[in-house]
Amino acid sequence: MQVPAPFDYAKATSVDHALALLAEHGPEARVVAGGHSLIPMMKLRLARPDALIDINGLTDLAYLRTDGDSLAVGALTRHVDVLTSPLVAEHFAVLVEAERVIADPIVRNWGTVGGSLCQADPAEDLPAALVALGATVVIRNREGSRTVPVRELHVGPYETVVEAGELLTEVRIPIRPGGSSAYEKVERRAGDWGAAAAAAALWLTSGVAGYSIDDVGLGLTAVGAEHYIVPEAEEFLRGKLATEENFAAAGEIAARTCNPAADQRGPVDYKRHLAKELTVRALRRAAGRARVEEA
Amino acid sequence: MTAPAEEDVKIGFGRMRRVEDARFIRGQGNYVDDVQLPGMLHLAILRSPYAHAKIVSIDTSAAEAHPKVKAVVTGAVLETLGLAWMPTISYDTQAVLATDKVRFQGQEVAFVVAEDRYSARDALELIEVEYEPLPVIADAKTALDAGAPVIRDDKEGKADNHIYDWQAGDAAKTDAAFAAADVVVKEEILYPRVHPAPLETCGSVAHLDKVTGKLTVWTTTQAPHAHRTLYAIVAGLPEQKIRIISPDIGGGFGGKVGIYPGYVLAVVGTIVTGKPVKWMEDRSENLVSTAFARDYHMSGEIAATAEGKILGLKVNVLADHGAFNGVAQPTKFPAGFFHIFTGSYDYGAAWCNVTAVYTNKAPGGVAYACSFRITEAVYLVERMVDALATKLGMDPAELRLRNLIQPEQFPYTTPTGWEYDSGDYPTTLRKAMEIAGYDKLRDEQRSQRLAWESGERGGTLTGIGISFFTEGVGAGPRKHMDILGLGMADGAELRVHPTGKAVLRLSCQSQGQGHETTFAQIVSQELGIPTLDIEVVHGDTDQTPFGLGTYGSRSTPVSGGATAVVARKVRDRAKLVAAAMLEVSHEDLEWEQGRWFVKGDPEQGKTITEIAMAAHGALELPEGVEGHLDATCVYNPPNLTYPFGAYIAVVDVDPGTGVVKVRRFIAVDDCGVRINPMIVEGQIHGGLADGIGMALMQVMAFDNDGNHLGSSFMDYLLPTSLECPSWELGETVTPSPHHPIGAKGVGESATVGSPAAIVNAVLDALKPWGVTHADMPLTPANVWSLTQGRPLRTDMAL
Amino acid sequence: MQITVRVNGESYTRDVEPRLLLVHFLRDELGLTGTHWGCDTSNCGVCTVQVDGTPVKSCTTLAVMADGHDVTTVEGLEQGGELTPLQQGFINCHGLQCGFCTPGMLMTCSALLRDNRDPSEAEIREAISGNLCRCTGYENIVKSVRWAAEQTAEQQEVTA
Repeated sequence: MQVPAPFDYAKATSVDHALALLAEHGPEARVVAGGHSLIPMMKLRLARPDALIDINGLTDLAYLRTDGDSLAVGALTRHVDVLTSPLVAEHFAVLVEAERVIADPIVRNWGTVGGSLCQADPAEDLPAALVALGATVVIRNREGSRTVPVRELHVGPYETVVEAGELLTEVRIPIRPGGSSAYEKVERRAGDWGAAAAAAALWLTSGVAGYSIDDVGLGLTAVGAEHYIVPEAEEFLRGKLATEENFAAAGEIAARTCNPAADQRGPVDYKRHLAKELTVRALRRAAGRARVEEA
Repeated sequence: MTAPAEEDVKIGFGRMRRVEDARFIRGQGNYVDDVQLPGMLHLAILRSPYAHAKIVSIDTSAAEAHPKVKAVVTGAVLETLGLAWMPTISYDTQAVLATDKVRFQGQEVAFVVAEDRYSARDALELIEVEYEPLPVIADAKTALDAGAPVIRDDKEGKADNHIYDWQAGDAAKTDAAFAAADVVVKEEILYPRVHPAPLETCGSVAHLDKVTGKLTVWTTTQAPHAHRTLYAIVAGLPEQKIRIISPDIGGGFGGKVGIYPGYVLAVVGTIVTGKPVKWMEDRSENLVSTAFARDYHMSGEIAATAEGKILGLKVNVLADHGAFNGVAQPTKFPAGFFHIFTGSYDYGAAWCNVTAVYTNKAPGGVAYACSFRITEAVYLVERMVDALATKLGMDPAELRLRNLIQPEQFPYTTPTGWEYDSGDYPTTLRKAMEIAGYDKLRDEQRSQRLAWESGERGGTLTGIGISFFTEGVGAGPRKHMDILGLGMADGAELRVHPTGKAVLRLSCQSQGQGHETTFAQIVSQELGIPTLDIEVVHGDTDQTPFGLGTYGSRSTPVSGGATAVVARKVRDRAKLVAAAMLEVSHEDLEWEQGRWFVKGDPEQGKTITEIAMAAHGALELPEGVEGHLDATCVYNPPNLTYPFGAYIAVVDVDPGTGVVKVRRFIAVDDCGVRINPMIVEGQIHGGLADGIGMALMQVMAFDNDGNHLGSSFMDYLLPTSLECPSWELGETVTPSPHHPIGAKGVGESATVGSPAAIVNAVLDALKPWGVTHADMPLTPANVWSLTQGRPLRTDMAL
Repeated sequence: MQITVRVNGESYTRDVEPRLLLVHFLRDELGLTGTHWGCDTSNCGVCTVQVDGTPVKSCTTLAVMADGHDVTTVEGLEQGGELTPLQQGFINCHGLQCGFCTPGMLMTCSALLRDNRDPSEAEIREAISGNLCRCTGYENIVKSVRWAAEQTAEQQEVTA
């Protein structure tokens, strides 16, 4: 069996303690929570941190609660808790649907929201759902904290703006009335990384001509969309009617502007096709939900 | 917790719960990695990152300096011991550790023995190897090109990558049949490289006792006796001093038949260090280096009349054997039993040529429940028959019913020389169609297609696919079948204790098949001793008679035959003892289950328990009759047995994404007499899941540099509970006329038969696109690409 | 570093390297070999144990992360020599063949039944989708869990 190379290990007892430990152990230290991405990489010896700072003891970072106009999700919240949260179910269908297809139930028992975001795998489901919802994250360091939109969190594959010595502590998802959302993923098999996936969130107003789109959030994963986003398609849809034609046009933009790489999940043209098809499907279902809710 | 014990059949054949489960559900199984010996050391193998490269130098000094390292061994060291190369089952050689160059990614280059497994892994990183990369053959289709790099330049005079050409059937007769045909259909069919991937990887614990000279090896083998003899041959050790113990095995599926370098290295490790040495592969090592399966590129042609009477079938195969020809199969059959490719249909002409080549990939080819390449054969013929049906515009069920061999034609000799023992094929296919509601499904599909053609294109499309297979299993008659000269007959020993309880000793080895239950049931059926009073001993060469092991669905056909025969020998002996007890002539005795009695006077009789005690007692036996009731036998099967079945898959294809969902799967199997129907059904379930895996997701692809693109379970996908439907099974029973209990073997049937049904179903769903061809696996990307007229080459990097 | 882990109700204190995987702690340090490993990448689920009642893949968990926690393995299921209905269900419904995935399956399914006394076939299939089995095609595993659920319901009726 594969085993990790040696490393130092420390358990953090508070956020401040975690930050102190990160400072103490230097830039080659990594934070570990669920570990379901990091530890396999360490076993393969593709990741060799000098030290692991275990934050599993920071149970005060495991929460889901409304905070003003937002849902606040602590970084240590396990996927299973997001998936089964009535608060999430009430407001964010896209998040429930994305969580349901992250890895498998056992991994979801242990894997955390913060871990998924910081791992920044180009095929991660969570960022796509969160950018569609306009979520932000809170990043703490020894000087204080800053808030960063999820749309600016990821700077490349496996890279985020969370710097050495910093800790992502919270995700904040704005609760905006009138919204509806959906997530669409194609995978080769349950639990696989997606060949592609699309998240859509819509805020519609009903009018004489049909439903017009007040606002829209779109997220794409596994197709090389920078920051997991498709701003051009969002811009196109804003103020337009929620019609099949407009959804198709937004899908075309998604397909055109993403930048997939071929791998065993599919060739480039297939992934571009999925970027379109899944964007359309997610928009269609999100819009369908909005209509049902209104009715 | 009380269990419904009353539901178990107590004596003989029927449903009963397995005796082995008691330990497994408590976590008390004993697998190789569970073996812990005092002072045991751990072995880890350094593997090549290159698919083809010259080894310039190896520096082991840093690894040797590691405080917990006990030994570091390279190919150069093995060379001095004459162990750098070992013979394969196919009369080739394979490097145990590379000496001159590496020939596939993941090949064994050196090993470390250390005090614990973590240190052994650490030390691997301290070995410095300088490689000089060489041009790579990753695509078998280029292996015979002029100027292709010669992979096996270790073989004197070898100037190309050709291994063999092998033919079966009658070429002239087949050409004549094709000349007379109204219709000929050609298909290029790939059965891609897959891997059996049992959840337990391969491993060994080897211990040479320096005082007694006894080598004990706990190892993941499906064939402990064959391994003992081969170790004796490879390592030159005296065979009586070798004990192979195959404890509980976490799945084999054909991947634990051959001898891998790691097994040999564990033996070298214990010889070098004088300590017990454990080697367990990790998952990646398992996938990249141990036996793959298939990798057959098949060019098929089928000929028929305009009415759909099949006239002939021919096929040219390019077989990718990897860097060493190490296929694990009866030695005289270089392409295994592929020449059973004529299938379940009655026609007179067939011919095949198989050309095997070396490539820069791991060796293997025969593994994964394939019945020695019958998987490839069934896939070929069932795809060809469907292609023919499409060409003729006929329903594929109708075409099959027109051509199936009829019950009265058995025993049936095929155009390539197999003698099918028994069968009623049309009944089995009709039964599957009935369970499926075939006509109704076709109606549903027709209305769906009408809607599709009229522009309603939102939903999924239904596809219905059929596969009808015949296998030949139970290798085999020893005059035809051997492995490196070891005839494929199996021994069995049966002892009946004085109290009437029994011990059966078997040569074959269970990897989950439930031998401890079913083989006891065979003895019980023959002797009337309650099944739970019979202990089955297996998996230890010191305790069991010689035999060739469990693979190719051979345990029931061969060892099952041996068990019935040895029990009958005991019964015959018991008859003589009973006659002495009853003071009558043995000719006056009659048998009913568990008891000999006097004809016409049923009160006068003796039970097997009474007879057993008397056989060990003071009873005076007639001259020439030995005491006790023990017996041995070696069963040399007169023929293979020929299980068959009809499978129907119903799939829903989402043309917008290419996603395939298997909605239903109907499997009607005929494996002759079923010893324990519960276990038979369980084996079929597992094989059907294999079919889902191969048809939809499993493949080992390579890039042009020979990099393995499926070296973990993240990339080599096995089906989960969510891809598998609830299986719908049916059965027919056509006993084998030559097998002592009429059983035929079933372990591989579903793996062999199911992939074609799923592929045929997906192609059926894609008919509106005019798609007639697809290669496995039918991943979403592949299916979508088919609808775009650009099928993917699934065996190479996308 | 020194850790104390309660395993199947008993407390064990050991000095371990931080990199020691929980599965090796259980198997090699405590001799609890009922927990197997199969894939290295947390894809197969044969190493599943429960940490504080939650199914977790022990090949992807460090032993030090279990410090101060309760771990239950397959060896801890049987109580007072009595099999659980789930274990009995696996025997009765032929929910295992080679037995290698069985301990992990049992740990996943026992948590499922604790949280959902009457899971549907679809819920069972979803719950075990991170536990691979190569032998059974999952059919009889689903039946085994259903058997246990029904058996438990019957027993409770009798008690009531």
